[in-house]
Amino acid sequence: MPETRKPTLAFFDFASCEGCQIEFTNYGDEATLELLKHVEIVEFREAMTETTTGRIDFALVEGSFTREEDRTRLQEIRRRSRVVIAYGACACTGGINALKNHQDDFAEYVYGDDASMPHLRSGTARPISAAIKVDYEVLGCPMSKEELLLVISNLLHGTIYFAPTYPVCVQCKRRETICRFDEGDYCMGQVAIAGCGAPCPADGIPCEACRGFVEDANIPALEKVLMDRAGFSHKRAVGKSRMFTANLRS
Amino acid sequence: MLQNINIDVHHLTRVEGHGNIKVNVTDGVVETCEWQVPEAPRFFEAMCRGRHYSEVGRITSRICGICSIGHTLASVKATEAALGIEVTPQTTKLRTLLKHAENFDSHVLHVYVLVAPDLLGAPSAFALVETHAEVVARALRLKRLAHEWGSLIGGRTTHPTTVLPGGFSKVPTVPELSAMRDKLAAAVPDLQATLETIAALAPGIPAFDRPTEYMAVSSDSEYGLYDGFVQTILPDGDRARYDVADYRSCTNEYVSPLSTAKYTKNRLDSYAAGALARFNVNYDMLHPEAKKVAESLGMGPICTNPYMNSVAQVVEIVHSAHEALRLFDELIAEGVTEEPLVMPTRSGTGAAAVEVPRGILFHEYTFDDEGFCTEADCIIPTGQNHANIQADFDALLPWLMASGKSEDEMRLAFEMLVRAYDPCISCSTHYLDVEFVR
Repeated sequence: MPETRKPTLAFFDFASCEGCQIEFTNYGDEATLELLKHVEIVEFREAMTETTTGRIDFALVEGSFTREEDRTRLQEIRRRSRVVIAYGACACTGGINALKNHQDDFAEYVYGDDASMPHLRSGTARPISAAIKVDYEVLGCPMSKEELLLVISNLLHGTIYFAPTYPVCVQCKRRETICRFDEGDYCMGQVAIAGCGAPCPADGIPCEACRGFVEDANIPALEKVLMDRAGFSHKRAVGKSRMFTANLRS
Repeated sequence: MLQNINIDVHHLTRVEGHGNIKVNVTDGVVETCEWQVPEAPRFFEAMCRGRHYSEVGRITSRICGICSIGHTLASVKATEAALGIEVTPQTTKLRTLLKHAENFDSHVLHVYVLVAPDLLGAPSAFALVETHAEVVARALRLKRLAHEWGSLIGGRTTHPTTVLPGGFSKVPTVPELSAMRDKLAAAVPDLQATLETIAALAPGIPAFDRPTEYMAVSSDSEYGLYDGFVQTILPDGDRARYDVADYRSCTNEYVSPLSTAKYTKNRLDSYAAGALARFNVNYDMLHPEAKKVAESLGMGPICTNPYMNSVAQVVEIVHSAHEALRLFDELIAEGVTEEPLVMPTRSGTGAAAVEVPRGILFHEYTFDDEGFCTEADCIIPTGQNHANIQADFDALLPWLMASGKSEDEMRLAFEMLVRAYDPCISCSTHYLDVEFVR
């Protein structure tokens, strides 16, 4: 009999809300049970007691790299894993955690007199790729669970998944969503990376670029549009383009 | 009785976030018995400052991916209180329906995936796929049902999109509501099977009691998930009531001299939040079908066994299903209309409380005249339960030693106790590391 070992899949988490793990549980009975036929989950602290010290085929890493002491753990994950997938905005860009990177009093504000305690040290919120080589990124806050399935499916078939590089506006046009600007609102879909399917504008809210910016995004033009067409003050326009994307802005 | 015990659980599994259990007994003398939390802090309150009121709920939703509906609702309600916004009855009804979806969803996940493996002697739900295929399939079916139900109203269940200060950006249509209502009604056999599963497993729940104070959102019109005042109840039935705006007077955050963790307390040295606290405080407001379930599982107020929180979650699953059917029916009969967002009438400070699956959650913000946030404060249920978990530990160890348990049995009992609280440790706003120096 030839060996029919299923590829191993492991989950790891760093500074995050663990919402991307929860998205994984939202596949429901059909997709989850189907996936379990093709992979063996060997470590998933939130859902199982078992851990592994062996080789991992696909490591899914969630959360930002915020403390130097986490570097060793990340390097160990890299050493044991064939493919490392950073999933979710925190792991891919630093995500919402990076908002504090533009402040210098966050610890004092939250913890007051206790702020100088050594265990509260929190460095810059950075993507996982700041510590280790990452093979795939599944963007978004939360990550797109359909895209994660695509990545895993491609890996299982030995093919390569190419994420979109065009902006969210393309996907909005495809699903014939009315432009937020035409509704008197604002949006950042023109500079945000697509791949999510543009659910937010379809639900009547603007794109906040949780997947990050396309290459060579024209940020000064974005700020100008937010001021000229949405009527934002300069302060709000600058702040707006630095929400999920704080690490991508000066 | 064991005279030497050494339990060291590093990064407890099947909980959200990172927690450690350390217990040391030498020659019958307790040296250490601690619940520790080594979680990276994330500083959300600081990150809200300078953000426009339309963005604050989207940011604080990211405190927790599991309770993100509850965080969003607490955030928009606090924002509305600060800005003088009064939402429409339709908005309140849809939000209450969304709240029930979150409670149902999270409780299904917790009871089936995190707790049931302990009672079935399995390391994880994945291991149950082969031994208890129908239980796993049922859990995933119920999970998907709750996800579809929440997504219909909130856009999605992890960081909902449509919930905004002043109302909804998009509301479901009556045909969509009808289809969802029918799916939920069709799930009743799965709920009955859930009860049978938990009833069969209940004998595995330790018969440990430790009376404490219980705190929950309470209301004269509902079980107290989405709206109301704050109420606490002592084991002797004595109740106290607080306005949400005065939440600091009943949470009383303080730094313990024994540890660097911020604790909360009210009338006793610690209090409990969560499904069991809601059950004890709001029992009379439970749906009759949920009361029947509680009775069939031999549970009534005031229940002082912290392990029974998981059973209270099953009672709430049934409550939420039946309350949701009622709300669906009302919305379908009344019709749903697209309503414009209600706009701010002033600026200032406002607080709100909602129940998330793990307990009472407070948000408070201050906004300036341009609508930018200048102050933010969030008090998370797991933070409030921390002192109570430690107090349970202190009582549990002598109880376990007196009952002649082995070290492995004790380790499982400690792990199960923490899991029963369903802690959301990575909701680390305002939550300090614990490092004990001896």
